[in-house]
Amino acid sequence: MEKMNILVIGRHPKIMETVLRLINGQPGWTAEGALTDEDALVKFNAADFNLVLIGGGVAESSEGRLRKEFEKRNPQVNMIRHYGGGSGLLFNEIEEAIAK
Amino acid sequence: MNTVLHKAATRGHANHGWLDTNHTFSFAHYYDPTRTHFGKLRVLNDDFVDGGMGFGTHPHDNMEIISIPLAGDLEHKDSMGNIAVIKQNDVQIMSAGTGIYHSEYNKNKDSKVNFLQIWVFPKQQDITPRYDQITFKPEDRVNKLQQIVSPSKTGEGVWINQDAWFHLGNLKKGFATEYEIKQKGNGVYAFVIEGEVTVGGQKLTKRDGYGVWDIEKFSITADSDAEVLLIEVPMS
Repeated sequence: MEKMNILVIGRHPKIMETVLRLINGQPGWTAEGALTDEDALVKFNAADFNLVLIGGGVAESSEGRLRKEFEKRNPQVNMIRHYGGGSGLLFNEIEEAIAK
Repeated sequence: MNTVLHKAATRGHANHGWLDTNHTFSFAHYYDPTRTHFGKLRVLNDDFVDGGMGFGTHPHDNMEIISIPLAGDLEHKDSMGNIAVIKQNDVQIMSAGTGIYHSEYNKNKDSKVNFLQIWVFPKQQDITPRYDQITFKPEDRVNKLQQIVSPSKTGEGVWINQDAWFHLGNLKKGFATEYEIKQKGNGVYAFVIEGEVTVGGQKLTKRDGYGVWDIEKFSITADSDAEVLLIEVPMS
């Protein structure tokens, strides 16, 4: 089965580290992280992601700009907000996004 | 009036050995797409933690996290330098905002701690992280609804970054009252901590949850000596 590839965009390095560890610890899921918009654009253009998680600290203006850029490469890109910065809601949010 | 009923036995359950937890709404590996939130109320966990055990240091952001100990003592440490013990009659709140690390441990080695862990989506994103706790007088909620969480910094209770109000009531059998919605568009999630109550005509027993919205007020009657938590939150 092909892995679910997730791009995580956030601003807090330690929270990013935790979120990546949690996702990469799940069978069938893999994740890369970006702490800046520039890094997010580079990573998104270099690989195929099934889902983009927007974490804390990412301003709505950044989210809007990234969405526009991502849609140029993949008009079907699935972008969701991650709340709570850790384990509690992370798996639920991904399950919900997959179900849609 | 719209309503949703969550009987205690239908909650998600996980036993991790040191932690026995019940999830009113989807959480961690419990996922039910029909039970993900009640308005801005996202998490209502009923946690039992073994003596000396607890949640090691872990991060959060952008969430209002309220802890209400029901039995035992919980030791809190966080990345803002706060070290505190919360116990019965205390209410703790953290605004995770831009990011916070914390741990919560059962302070006692030989008895369990039981506490409610409640998460509410924040009104404003990326605020400066904040911690607060208040000790409430139990006598002030006997046959009364005691406000423990408020969106006003000068209001009674701990301040929350959301248009939300929490009340606790220790109601004696036969006592009846009404709750008026404080903000148009809000709903109320009633959670029965102990005993039996009738909320808006719905009979509830221990650890049942019942949400009501599109309503201005509703009745609460204690069918036995009971303790109830009311959580008013925006529905959108």
